[in-house]
Amino acid sequence: MQAIQAQNLVKRYGSVLAVDDVSFSVAPGEIFGFLGPNGAGKSTTQRMLTGVIAPDAGDIQIFGYDLLRCPNPAKQLMGIVPEMANVYVDLSAWNNLMFMGELYGIGKKTRISRAARLLEQFNLLEKKDLKAKGFSKGMKQRLLICMAMMNDPQTLFLDEPTSGLDVQSTHLIRNLLREFNARGQTIFLTTHNIEEANQLCDRVAIINRGRVVAIDRPQNLKLTLQSLQSLEVAFSSPLQSMDILYSVEAVNEVKKTGDKFRLYTNQPARAILSVVDLARRHNLEILSINTLGPSLEDVFLRLTGGQEKRGAHNASC
Amino acid sequence: MQAVSQSATTGLRRSLAVAKKNAMIYYLKPPVLIFGVLFPVFMFLAFAVGRDVPRQSLAPGLIAMTILFTASSVGPMIAPWERKAKTYERLLSAPLSILQLVLGDILAGFIYGLVISLVPLLLGILILGAHIEYPLLYAAGLILSAFCFAALGALMAALPTDEPSMVMMLSNLVRIPLLFISGVFIPINQMPVWGQKLAMLSPLSYTSDLMRLALGHGSLWGGYLNFAALLFFIAVFLQAAVFFHRRGIVRVF
Ligand SMILES: Nc1ncnc2c1ncn2[C@@H]1O[C@H](COP(=O)(O)OP(=O)(O)O)[C@@H](O)[C@H]1O
Ligand SMILES: [Mg+2]
Repeated sequence: MQAIQAQNLVKRYGSVLAVDDVSFSVAPGEIFGFLGPNGAGKSTTQRMLTGVIAPDAGDIQIFGYDLLRCPNPAKQLMGIVPEMANVYVDLSAWNNLMFMGELYGIGKKTRISRAARLLEQFNLLEKKDLKAKGFSKGMKQRLLICMAMMNDPQTLFLDEPTSGLDVQSTHLIRNLLREFNARGQTIFLTTHNIEEANQLCDRVAIINRGRVVAIDRPQNLKLTLQSLQSLEVAFSSPLQSMDILYSVEAVNEVKKTGDKFRLYTNQPARAILSVVDLARRHNLEILSINTLGPSLEDVFLRLTGGQEKRGAHNASC
Repeated sequence: MQAVSQSATTGLRRSLAVAKKNAMIYYLKPPVLIFGVLFPVFMFLAFAVGRDVPRQSLAPGLIAMTILFTASSVGPMIAPWERKAKTYERLLSAPLSILQLVLGDILAGFIYGLVISLVPLLLGILILGAHIEYPLLYAAGLILSAFCFAALGALMAALPTDEPSMVMMLSNLVRIPLLFISGVFIPINQMPVWGQKLAMLSPLSYTSDLMRLALGHGSLWGGYLNFAALLFFIAVFLQAAVFFHRRGIVRVF
């Protein structure tokens, strides 16, 4: 049985096709990343998966429960941190958690011990009786995750949980997500942060304009795009023409980034030798040379139609 | 059968959790205090002072008006406020139906209405010399009326906006005209025939008629008809509130 099974989800807003035939499944115990640029349809997908809005078409099963036909048993298994959500700022941290516990029908004893443990884990225990009004953004976000954990969910859904947060909160949240996952919790993580997906996720779905473009392990997504390995070279003096760099062996593409050049290649070692040779022939001094593995960012741009974007970027320079 | 009754109590418990949260957050919000507590007092003073009527006959209208304003002042705040404060989506993803959620909002207004309407009752007894002739009738009328107006408040909150002031304005546009057609200031049986017909459209008319009956001033329509009418309005407001809240979700998200 899958933790999450989404089949052919479709959601339209007027003429905007926000989610266009999205299917995927998440195994129990997985951290599944849902990665895409702004407006890709990530939040709309999460809202359908968590029963906030109904899809125009498609099916959703959560641990075998049919979310659309019989939502409550499925919802009972979920912990949810919606996009840009907030805690109740007029309530204390403690009362926020008590309310969540009551809403999910958690007995009083469990409610109290669980709330105390979560506040401790998320470094909020000393602040438990303060109204959340005075909390920093990071503290509110941590409290929001505590709220999502009050029903001890099988699956945690988080929509951009670290977006715009300070470094400490981000770090704490990521570590705790790993810890929850190590104890068996499935995590559905929506993000536009490639590094976050790379660090945390077992598998990543890449979504653009409402469509899933690829689903794979972060490492595999990188491997499928071997040719996106690159050399980053800086010379001491400007080049007369970038064209000479195309004569470097095994180079597919050249890009100028600031005062450096990025040479895309699937054979970095061969390309290095060739660059050194080229520099000697043209009397150029090499200031630095680095080999770069394919970043998920490159993968992401390539898969989500980055060609167009790159073109637009060049035009504006 | 067991399963049905069990899930009904589970549902009620979750509605109560929502109502408790609402009470903690919204009872003391300034718009609720102003329109739910101060406004009916001022309205009443404005109409009662200097008029040549027996003082104790003012009590039923005062009480009816207070029930309307207090019970319906909490509901309009909640959903718009939560949309604005970004807590609404979290609520919608919890394991409770729209009906249970709306019931939680209604219960909060209902309890507020019950409690605050003790004030005009005490004022009526202590200052205006009123007394309750039929306590059970009074209690039943109070309960049905407070629930009815709380449902009206929850219905208005379905306006898909995240501006609480918009809904407060709408609610006053609805409530203030009701005051003038519902026998609050002039008993319905003293109205002209067209006025009596108009009064039949307002749920507040049945409350003020019941309150007059319970305080021993006689009644135009009698207890049964008043109760039936209030139950009818409750059913309509509840259905409509659930329908429009559900529809509003699509517009908000
Ligand atoms: N309530 C709504 N009404 C109209 N359009 C919407 C609504 N919600 C989302 N959209 C549109 O659907 C698309 C996907 O949005 P969203 O799911 O929020 O993207 P993401 O979370 O990936 O940034 C966008 O084009 C957005 O403008
Ligand atoms: Mg989003």
